[in-house]
Amino acid sequence: MSMNNQGRPTGVGTAGTIASGSALLPDEPLLFEIGDTEHSGVDLPEVDLAEDRLGGFARKSKLDLAGLTEPEAMRHYVRLSRLNHSIDSGMYPLGSCTMKHNPRLNEKMARLPGFSDIHPLQPVSTVQGALELMNQLSHWLMTLTNTAAVALSPKAGAHGELLGMMAIKAAQEAKGEAHRKIVLVPESAHGTNPATAAFLGYSVKPVPARDDGTVDVEAVKAALSPEVAAIMLTNPNTCGLFEPQVIEIARAVHEAGAFFYCDGANFNAIMGVVRPGDLGIDAMHINLHKTFSTPHGGGGPGAGPVVLSEALAPFAPVPFIKRVQDGLDLVEHVEEQALGRVTAFHGQMGMYVRALTYMLSHGADGLAQAAEDAVLNANYIKARLEHLFSVPFPDYPTMHEALFDDSFLKGTGVSTLDFAKAMIDEGFHPMTMYFPLVVHGAMLVEPTESESKQTLDRFCDVMADLASDAKAGNTERFTAAPMKAPRRRLDETRAARQPVLKWERPDDLPQAAE
Amino acid sequence: MLGVIGAPDIDALFSAVPKPALKNFSLDLPAHSPEFLVEAHMRALAGRNHAAGDGPFFVGAGAYRHHIPATVDHLIQRSEWLTAYTPYQPEISQGTLQMLFEFQTQVAKITGMDVANASLYDGSTGTAEAVLMARRLTRKNKIVLSGGLHPHYRDVVKAYLKDDPDLVCLSPSPEGQGDILEQIDGNTAAIVIQTPDFYGHLRDLKSAADAAHAQGALLIVVVTEVVSLGLLEAPGALGADIVVAEGQSIGNALNFGGPYLGLMATRRDFIRQMPGRLCGETVDADGNRGFVLTLSTREQHIRREKATSNICTNSGLCALAFSIHMALLGEAGFTRLARLNHANAIRLADALAGVPGVEVLNKTFFNEMTIRTAQPAAGLVERLARRGILAGVPASRLLPGDPEVENLIILAATELTTEADIAALVAALMEELA
Repeated sequence: MSMNNQGRPTGVGTAGTIASGSALLPDEPLLFEIGDTEHSGVDLPEVDLAEDRLGGFARKSKLDLAGLTEPEAMRHYVRLSRLNHSIDSGMYPLGSCTMKHNPRLNEKMARLPGFSDIHPLQPVSTVQGALELMNQLSHWLMTLTNTAAVALSPKAGAHGELLGMMAIKAAQEAKGEAHRKIVLVPESAHGTNPATAAFLGYSVKPVPARDDGTVDVEAVKAALSPEVAAIMLTNPNTCGLFEPQVIEIARAVHEAGAFFYCDGANFNAIMGVVRPGDLGIDAMHINLHKTFSTPHGGGGPGAGPVVLSEALAPFAPVPFIKRVQDGLDLVEHVEEQALGRVTAFHGQMGMYVRALTYMLSHGADGLAQAAEDAVLNANYIKARLEHLFSVPFPDYPTMHEALFDDSFLKGTGVSTLDFAKAMIDEGFHPMTMYFPLVVHGAMLVEPTESESKQTLDRFCDVMADLASDAKAGNTERFTAAPMKAPRRRLDETRAARQPVLKWERPDDLPQAAE
Repeated sequence: MLGVIGAPDIDALFSAVPKPALKNFSLDLPAHSPEFLVEAHMRALAGRNHAAGDGPFFVGAGAYRHHIPATVDHLIQRSEWLTAYTPYQPEISQGTLQMLFEFQTQVAKITGMDVANASLYDGSTGTAEAVLMARRLTRKNKIVLSGGLHPHYRDVVKAYLKDDPDLVCLSPSPEGQGDILEQIDGNTAAIVIQTPDFYGHLRDLKSAADAAHAQGALLIVVVTEVVSLGLLEAPGALGADIVVAEGQSIGNALNFGGPYLGLMATRRDFIRQMPGRLCGETVDADGNRGFVLTLSTREQHIRREKATSNICTNSGLCALAFSIHMALLGEAGFTRLARLNHANAIRLADALAGVPGVEVLNKTFFNEMTIRTAQPAAGLVERLARRGILAGVPASRLLPGDPEVENLIILAATELTTEADIAALVAALMEELA
């Protein structure tokens, strides 16, 4: 191949496919195996640095960073992308993750230069539209939740949880109750809840779930004491159930002098239908990337604004927006402020634009309908499959996700994991497995409102067929799966025992022991 | 569908909700709206902002305006990247996983460290995570933050370590002065040094590493302008134990502060105390090379309250943008980009030094510098903005009430800064300061 050093092709054969792979399933080498340190796909002028101001700190060690020409890069990343399942290519019923359709208007709006090409520290007078957008988003979030304040800046759900619990800690200290060192966490909670509480120095006291999958107000009362700072409760909970005693739980928590942190990961099931503020919550994070359709991007970026009750509003972190005489001001410092700042700058503006675009497109009516449709779809799956799958908590209608357990697989020789891998061969991303932990061999299916009845029917048909096959003893279809994916099952034990976390030049590797 | 479910209506599906809480309100929010009206609304908001590309632009201080090749934004909008989740099912997520493996390799190479993780939220939260990691590794408590650390980064560490008596924050050091080495003692877990620092000065990492290591402490290096690593010695080659960087400059737009990209790299021995996701190489059942998320026993979904961090989501798509841009640059392009930035910054510094009433404080810098002006900086920057020139960040915006910094402006030049931009800034400063 011949190229000049700016990656402009100068001859034939410049797109550089050195990969193999069959038909439309590419097998793609690493970029370091394709490119070299001489090539670049960006045309930049060479400058003459006759003198520098680096004070003797100029680089002497080698970078050894491979470059790709533009056509090579295009092909490398397009080919790699085809090895991914995505919402746009098929149903992605990962419970608790809310893989709903991501409207492209969101992307288009986020790329307007007036949003994407503004700096967080340019004068406030030059970003009045951005502050107005943040103000409007805040209004939507506070109105949908009936709460007094919102802190927009957390970078993701777990970061929002951290901020919410920091606010609770600060509020307890302000009341002179810093001795409260316990946080109650139901056993069904996301792993981030106990991790967050422990991070802030709290000891975590689990609250057992009832046999019906919900939290018993009596169990909460029994666990409450003058040492308890807060409860962290997910509602709808991770079993897909609305906590029927949530108002009584909130009352008991408040009477004991504690606060109610609500994990809002599942707010998408009730937006526009139930306002968490009416249930007595004090703080709740909202995952904009779940509920308000900002893309998951292969694992982030997310955004986790936290709504706060009157009691916690004074403990909101900086920055926040204040209306002043000639427009909006951004408050970046408060003297003697309890909490301070949890991130540089002002949070995930790019996600705010996408979320507000989604809100305006749907309106209050459309958001409520999206929640209702998500609940309808989950109940439909549950109804169609409950005769073949085991349902651990049949007492209540489910909310936005249908929870099954693996007892229907008992004696078949097929594990939950095997079952999930067989779904891959049928074109579906597996559901969430082994979570929530309170259910043995949990299978948590979240269809979201985005799926049509036809897709749900095909999904249910495939699930039913798989269940029948497992029960009929056709174990090969499961234990050998996936067979049609770009890779067969991967050896995760080997990856953890002998971690290889970056590419090394073959001649730099130590000689193999064998 | 309701018939199959056996429910009379949708409301029946919400029967677990206490009656007074179910739809018992009217919302002060508009109804749904067609795409063209939503677009008009958003365009009107965007139109009220002065975009960086609208005129001369010198704002930096932790976020930088660089050119992003068109290829990057095209590729990251492909459905398979944009609308995938965290790669928990590796057999159908090899695209994301291989990309993360390549990303980790790129980050390890530019920082000169053994290993890097699959990204964190941003540089500021990454710094707080690094501090906690150093405490776990050393089992010691004292943390010393250099006076050259970005004030927002300092504030985030303070929030994470609230009221911690073992956290020492040194006073702002706009002249590049430093007394951090005197603070290191036997109880010190880590010292945190940013280079180029908040004011643009380059810091001596080698001496800091030697002094820290002599007391069993770690050196955490913070880099807010990752392009500098194309021209400056890698922190890993100078003795850094943990490197945290803000990766926004490569592949990611300014976006008014987010989403950004936290980079973290460390020594091989420290992997098991590193927060965040890690991607590792392995083989599949047929013996073919493949990639998986690994060492997840550090993470919250497995370890719950014993996890190294509560982090769940990372910055996957921003890491993708970084990795594509870095692959397009390669060593040749990355080095050229860094040289171009430095050359433009030299031009800017020399031009500013010629303005009466302006003093350039930096003897060393990469692409950013601090000037002292004859007038308070905040008002001056505001007046320059009215002339259409975004002239940098008044240090007082981040350090309010500190009289030492009242007349300081921090300015950055990048490859996008032109001769005409610099001439316009100089002319406007001359008039304002006359």
